[in-house]
Amino acid sequence: MSVTQLGMPSVGVPRKGFFTDTSLCIGCKACEVACKEWNDVPADTDLQITGESFDNTSALGANTWRHVAFIEKQVPATDPSAHDGVKWLMSSDVCKHCTHAACLDVCPTGALFRTEHGTVVVQQDICNGCGYCVSACPYGVIDQRKGDGRAFKCTMCYDRLEAGEEPACAKACPTKSIQFGELDELRERADARLVELKERGEENAQLYGRDPDNGVGGDGAFFLLLDEPETYGLPPDPIVTTRDLPAMWKRAAGAAAGLLAGAALAFWGAKK
Amino acid sequence: MSPRRQKEEFTSYYGRPILKEPTWEALDIAGYIFAGGLAGASSLLAAGAQHSGRPGLERSAKLTALTAISASVVALVHDLGRPDRFLNMLRVAKPTSPMSVGSWILSVYGPLAGATAASNVLGLLPRAGRLAGLGAAVTGTGVATYTAVLIGDTAVPTWHDAHDVLPFVFAGSAAASAGGVAAALSPVAEAGPARRMAVGGAVLETAMSMVMERRDHLSTETLHTGKAGRLLRLSKACTVGGAVGLALGGGKSRAVSALGGLAVAAGSALLRFGVFEAGRASTRDPKYVVVPQRERLGKQAEAQENGGQQPLEKAQPQPQRAGQGEGAGVSAASMV
Amino acid sequence: MASPLQWPVLRQFLEHDPSGRHHAAKSRATENLKARIETADRVVPSVCPFCAVGCAQRVYVKDEQVIQIEGNPDSPISRGRLCPKGSASLQLTTGASREKYVLYRKPHGTDWERLDLETAMDMVAQRVVETRRDTWEWDVDGIRTRRTMGIASLGGATLDNEENYLIKKLFTALGIVQVENQARVCHSSTVSGLGTSFGRGGSTTYLQDLQNADCIIIQGSNFAEAHPVGFQWVMEAKERGAKIIHVDPRFSRTSAMADTFVPIRAGTDIAFLGGLINWVITHDAYFREYVVNYTNAATILRDDFQDTEDLDGLFSGYDAENSTYSTETWQYEGGYAAASSGERDSHLQEQGSALGESSHPQSHGSGGPGVHGEWRRDETLQDPRCVFQVLKRHYSRYTPEMVEQVCGVPQALFQEVAEAITANSGRERTTAFAYAVGWTQHTTGTQYIRTASVLQLLLGNIGRPGGGIMALRGHASIQGSSDIPTLYDLLPGYLPTPHAEQHLDLDGYIEADSAKGGFWANMRAYTVSLLKAWWGDAATAENDFCFDYLPRITGSHSTYDTVNAQLEGLCKGYFLMGENPAVGSANTRLQRLGMSKLDWLVVRDFSLIESATWWKDGPEIATGELRTEDIATEVFFFPAAAHTEKAGSFTNTNRLVQWRDQAIEPEADRRSDLWFIWHLGRRIRKLLEGSADDADRPVLDLTWDYPTVGTQDEPDADAVFAEINGKAADGSPLSAYTQLKDDGSTSCGCWIYCGCRADGVNQAARRKPHTEQTVSSREWGWAWPANRRELYNRASADPEGRPWSERKKLIWWDEEAGEWTGDDVPDFEPTKPPSYRPPKDAKGPDALSGTDPFIMQSDGKGWLYAPAGLVDGPMPTHYEPQESPFENALYGQQRNPLRKLLPREGNRYHPSGNQPGADVYPYVLTTYRLTEHFTAGAMTRWLPYLAELQPESFCEVSPALAAERGLTNRGWATLVSARGAIEARVLVTDRMKPLRVQGRTVHQIGMPYHWGPNGLSRGDAMNELSSISMDPNVHIQEVKALTVDIRPGRRPRGGDLLGLVADYRRRAGIDEHTGLDEHTGMEGVRA
Ligand SMILES: Nc1nc2c(c(=O)[nH]1)N[C@H]1C(S)=C(S)[C@@H](COP(=O)(O)OP(=O)(O)OC[C@H]3O[C@@H](n4cnc5c(=O)[nH]c(N)nc54)[C@H](O)[C@@H]3O)O[C@H]1N2
Ligand SMILES: Nc1nc2c(c(=O)[nH]1)N[C@H]1C(S)=C(S)[C@@H](COP(=O)(O)OP(=O)(O)OC[C@H]3O[C@@H](n4cnc5c(=O)[nH]c(N)nc54)[C@H](O)[C@@H]3O)O[C@H]1N2
Ligand code: SF4
Ligand code: SF4
Ligand code: SF4
Ligand code: SF4
Ligand code: SF4
Ligand SMILES: [Mo]
Repeated sequence: MSVTQLGMPSVGVPRKGFFTDTSLCIGCKACEVACKEWNDVPADTDLQITGESFDNTSALGANTWRHVAFIEKQVPATDPSAHDGVKWLMSSDVCKHCTHAACLDVCPTGALFRTEHGTVVVQQDICNGCGYCVSACPYGVIDQRKGDGRAFKCTMCYDRLEAGEEPACAKACPTKSIQFGELDELRERADARLVELKERGEENAQLYGRDPDNGVGGDGAFFLLLDEPETYGLPPDPIVTTRDLPAMWKRAAGAAAGLLAGAALAFWGAKK
Repeated sequence: MSPRRQKEEFTSYYGRPILKEPTWEALDIAGYIFAGGLAGASSLLAAGAQHSGRPGLERSAKLTALTAISASVVALVHDLGRPDRFLNMLRVAKPTSPMSVGSWILSVYGPLAGATAASNVLGLLPRAGRLAGLGAAVTGTGVATYTAVLIGDTAVPTWHDAHDVLPFVFAGSAAASAGGVAAALSPVAEAGPARRMAVGGAVLETAMSMVMERRDHLSTETLHTGKAGRLLRLSKACTVGGAVGLALGGGKSRAVSALGGLAVAAGSALLRFGVFEAGRASTRDPKYVVVPQRERLGKQAEAQENGGQQPLEKAQPQPQRAGQGEGAGVSAASMV
Repeated sequence: MASPLQWPVLRQFLEHDPSGRHHAAKSRATENLKARIETADRVVPSVCPFCAVGCAQRVYVKDEQVIQIEGNPDSPISRGRLCPKGSASLQLTTGASREKYVLYRKPHGTDWERLDLETAMDMVAQRVVETRRDTWEWDVDGIRTRRTMGIASLGGATLDNEENYLIKKLFTALGIVQVENQARVCHSSTVSGLGTSFGRGGSTTYLQDLQNADCIIIQGSNFAEAHPVGFQWVMEAKERGAKIIHVDPRFSRTSAMADTFVPIRAGTDIAFLGGLINWVITHDAYFREYVVNYTNAATILRDDFQDTEDLDGLFSGYDAENSTYSTETWQYEGGYAAASSGERDSHLQEQGSALGESSHPQSHGSGGPGVHGEWRRDETLQDPRCVFQVLKRHYSRYTPEMVEQVCGVPQALFQEVAEAITANSGRERTTAFAYAVGWTQHTTGTQYIRTASVLQLLLGNIGRPGGGIMALRGHASIQGSSDIPTLYDLLPGYLPTPHAEQHLDLDGYIEADSAKGGFWANMRAYTVSLLKAWWGDAATAENDFCFDYLPRITGSHSTYDTVNAQLEGLCKGYFLMGENPAVGSANTRLQRLGMSKLDWLVVRDFSLIESATWWKDGPEIATGELRTEDIATEVFFFPAAAHTEKAGSFTNTNRLVQWRDQAIEPEADRRSDLWFIWHLGRRIRKLLEGSADDADRPVLDLTWDYPTVGTQDEPDADAVFAEINGKAADGSPLSAYTQLKDDGSTSCGCWIYCGCRADGVNQAARRKPHTEQTVSSREWGWAWPANRRELYNRASADPEGRPWSERKKLIWWDEEAGEWTGDDVPDFEPTKPPSYRPPKDAKGPDALSGTDPFIMQSDGKGWLYAPAGLVDGPMPTHYEPQESPFENALYGQQRNPLRKLLPREGNRYHPSGNQPGADVYPYVLTTYRLTEHFTAGAMTRWLPYLAELQPESFCEVSPALAAERGLTNRGWATLVSARGAIEARVLVTDRMKPLRVQGRTVHQIGMPYHWGPNGLSRGDAMNELSSISMDPNVHIQEVKALTVDIRPGRRPRGGDLLGLVADYRRRAGIDEHTGLDEHTGMEGVRA
């Protein structure tokens, strides 16, 4: 897919993306660390375990742009993809760089913009911390950084892409669970991988966010999951709300007109 | 609200929320929405007063509008993580961003409201002042209603699920608050239209919020429970009580008019706070995200099974998604 | 905004971005965005300083500051990837946790003071000279020792080869023998286990080759977590269809990736592997042609050999009094072996000498045990006394039922493993084993590795692509610190440290240890070349090449013996150069108490580790056992330079030597260990200058002139590397150890590294991208020996020299060219044809035939049966761990009869099995690593990016155990042993499964050992619980299987903590005899 389809003039750069194949993830969190090192993201200072398996960073946020989820699942002992009824799923989550990105749509300052790589990036010199993007994102990705006020999320290492380098997280990933590349190519690769895993008996394997017809027009960062999305803390079928915006504006216009009419009515009937 | 859904089993990641809770402070944003509504509708009242020769009402409404819009801008700026960068709001003009649109509307409305109030108080340039008053009235309708789009256009389940009624709820509420405040502040004799506006607004607000609260979305339960539920119940009591008072005794007694007016206005404010809190609550529990989306997927699968021939990927706008804009998914992009 | 035209609203219209979501919205900062790596002044090649995978790094430097560190995609091992630790290298090297200045604690002082670097160096030199003089020992009981036992040093696995080399060189010259590093506590049993089986103590294969495996058994390792980037090769194999099996007491991130997970009771792997051996033999599933030709299966044993089957768990030759074996009856019929420890010392011990045993199985790191004589083979394998038949009988009771009884592994699961490895071995297929410290750290550690060796030999998987035994080493250069050892019992290249009684002179030394056949027969050349490297012109044929300058050992002087010596007040000065025993070593309390008895302590590290601060904030201060004011130890802290701040080489787990360039010079007082040891040596030599004392000659005669580089008088690491490589008489660099001479005309600092600077080129610094090379990538770094990647690769061809199969071909005989060829350096004499048969009386390599692939073994064979080299038996036998809730189901002999214990106050043992009181500590505790942290924690717990990922110490328990003990997820638990009690958070997880063993349910508790009280992420050190109980061959501690009790809640504070531990001991009836059953060997604890 070229970025033209994202509603901007083509600059001849193919759209870049991530295919995160969680079946290859060893839960090492190199992606989390590499991201922080490269982007100088602050570390958490509340050093307490969560008791939620090996996940102590809990969720994506302003200070966690890659987040590795750990799910310990009990399944029937007969499940061939598990071990004696235990399955340990690991998955590295990230901003989806949506084709129709709610965060970007609603940003009033233009701090968020879509790059020539088709990615969605916050420009920190512009963001005024209005927080609108935070409520708009249907994946709960972007967030305001405490003490700073601005919104932060994965940039897909925009600076590195400009330098012809791959993103820090993908580069570090020991098992290539995180694959970076041209989105079209990644989608093909993912399709083939899905077939392969299904053949191996991974019945719940599914691609998440790959479908260009989904509620956000396809994710620039999509996933191969081994269980339902919500198990990993992902919304099963998110929709970009700006899709409803024309309808909303119409309704609002109607309401405004109604207000005007109502006011007129208030005076019209009133005696002086 | 459907009790069936409430019990729906769903999985989540350690019960953690999927969405981020709005970063906004209730006082700032609910306050901002209320003040915006109050200002916008007050400008309407002021314009009516200015043309129907009700100088008392005109002045109080114009001052109310100016005060309210100033307060709302303060609230907005206050809520920014980087208030010093407030002006970045006018860096771009984005039709896809209700906040951008709102900022531009505000940037037109604010000076008009200010000019007309100044002219009125200072007695300068009366014709221009009245023209500004008219302008403020027209843009004021936008100020009073765009906030419904602002919060409707988010992933916050309660807000988004209400996006179609919300403009009417807010319009009604704006009218109620402006009418109520004007009724309280203006001479009884001149305040007839204000009372009528307050009562009319209250009726609309109440009716539309009842529609909102009775719809078949899982998220509507957040409007009934917890803090939001309490705020909204209180809101209704104030609005209905105040409106009844105004309707029955507002024309007769200054005190009743003032009390009733303030009660309606308070009801209006409480409504915004209630809606705000309900939205917040709906982001805290992942079920409001997962269950409806699961259901939607279930229906899709069902439809596909029944329809049969079309593979999911190739399916044209899904029934659930249709009607939400031409060619679902590209609407945002095609808005330009 | 510069011009109004730059106003994005205008640009939206002027630049065709009407929605304002694209380029019109770009800000100034965005327009000027530049990746910081693009701004670097230079990019310096380096290697990750954490683990032994040895991932290549690129260090970006701008304005003499390191601005970024990331993976180097050219590396054939890591392909540019880094795990979280490697990714945090920037924070490690440039973060706030590193100390900058020298710190000093006066005797009895209550706080640190600053000291300038020069003064501190002078003071330390002074202390060394004085302590050495005060504790000098010319002899012990009339036997010359020429040494001091008053000074010890610990650490080396994190250091460069060059640093280890200089430490060993200087300290040996000073007569300091107690020089030890992590290799002791980590993988010493690997060296003895693999060395006695195959002739070399390093991993037989290399990480990248795992991709060629058809089946990989990961057992005794948490591969995915402890070697994450290496694990990519397991994933590659898996993607190619290989079956991955993980055998482990607990379900880890490694298990999650495996096709099959086999839960096992900690400490029982010999039973499990023995069961597989039995299965392979009884199902005729062994690779017969391989076994007959390449192993000693056919060799006939003496008729007086008696097996554990005959003696209920003992072999013949057991001397109950001294807890030793006489290994005479273990020999090949007609053969005799060089003395192994038991015999070596028995004579002295009988006389009540203070000389202890000194096994040196680690010296088989490159050269198998010497066997001499003539022996017979029965290639039909029918002779009841041939190794094969003896082996068969030995394991005949290791049935699937027995495995289930001992290990708790259900029979179906066992069968699945057995079928997988047999189906995936043979001509067409290969199975690889990968292990690490889940095997090494047992009282039977060496034999664990032997069992796997036997199995892999039977299956014909050694020396072949996708086969082998992948020993996953630990620290960045722990392989190097074993090869160029900072270990008391070794000299560089696995030459044994001379023993006072055995090795009176060079001839006696060579006689006792060299072999008749194979390359180990040339030991004299290696030794003389080393002595020449150290003492240069002073070393002459007339003076035995200064052999006498070498201090002598008289028994075990391992790090744990040193602790004992410290507690007894014998060892007074201590260098900690990159090791943190107050957290990482077994029984940390004793470690600290030992240090509190020192006169002086030197700690070189990045930050203030627990081993540096125990005198003011250690647990004993909290319990009131020690008072800061009472502690007389003088403490020096020197901040160390990071891996980016010095040049040098690391040797990774592939035996691959990789060079790092210096990126920047260190700041402030930070210095490399090379700098420290060289300048310390210079100062000491200055102090001793003109001394007439013969004791000082080795120091003064030492070759100690190195050129310096940079502005800080840093000795040139490359010059040291050149000395290690060796040179000919004319000073020209040598290129292979086959050039070494025993006449003093060559010098070489470590014979197995000879060739690392062949042609005067730093071969370790070669970095030809893997994309331009074959799988073995022989032009990336340099692997010992002789740049070989797969050891024993002669075995990848059949006896006639043809590949066993097309699919598994690696090295073969090219008849036309008259040489061995293939995708590796042949591990064989390059032109010796398969048809070669040695003439009678041939010696050295010539004594091996064209079909003997194990060229470092004196008989050229892989040893199914080890007639020599090990002290605790020629064949692995299952014994229970020192502390176990169960009786040994196989034999009356409960535990390894030779296990080495340190019974003393503070190191009491638990009752086991059916003994009264055993139920006071009813649970099995095993310990391990997490991806996010590193060893004793100083390199990770101090780093914010890693601390947040695993912020607190925890233990893992099953829901059943949680219910039994009232533990709650995320709540606190207290764990208690006879040594101490600690608290940790609880993770209740289904991944921990109770096992059924001998009809009972046994609960295992898992606990990472990374935490200690200092740093950002803090917690009690797990090793407060462990005891010092050791493998008798190499003295590695058993920290993988202990018994403990667990209870909910936090531990008591202050003195009450001691009360709790004492109360448990009382309830269990523990006294000084507990746990010593069938064990009288307390040698080593003689003071
Ligand atoms: N992330 C990380 N990587 C490291 C290190 C680190 O601290 N952190 N340390 C480095 C060092 S120094 C080393 S030595 C290596 C060690 O590498 P590993 O040996 O892989 O590390 P451990 O986690 O100690 O692994 C021991 C495994 O053996 C299991 N185990 C314990 N007892 C037994 C037993 O009796 N039988 C069997 N079959 N398994 C058992 C444990 O449950 C654990 O899974 O890792 C190196 N790499
Ligand atoms: N219970 C239990 N105990 C164990 C184990 C276990 O599995 N279970 N594993 C054992 C094993 S395998 C090992 S290897 C040990 C490890 O135990 P230790 O070696 O004691 O632990 P580390 O934290 O690696 O200590 C190395 C120190 O070297 C410092 N360092 C790093 N680079 C340099 C340098 O260039 N110069 C200097 N001067 N210092 C440097 C680091 O900061 C760190 O403090 O723990 C052992 N203990
Ligand atoms: S996932 Fe959220 S933050 Fe990321 S692009 Fe989509 S809407 Fe924006
Ligand atoms: S917080 Fe920043 S990035 Fe998010 S919408 Fe507001 S201005 Fe844009
Ligand atoms: S692409 Fe870059 S910014 Fe995004 S998660 Fe990866 S490392 Fe972080
Ligand atoms: S770096 Fe790769 S393997 Fe490691 S946690 Fe992230 S995605 Fe998983
Ligand atoms: S710690 Fe080991 S696996 Fe991780 S990056 Fe460093 S060398 Fe590679
Ligand atoms: Mo280790």
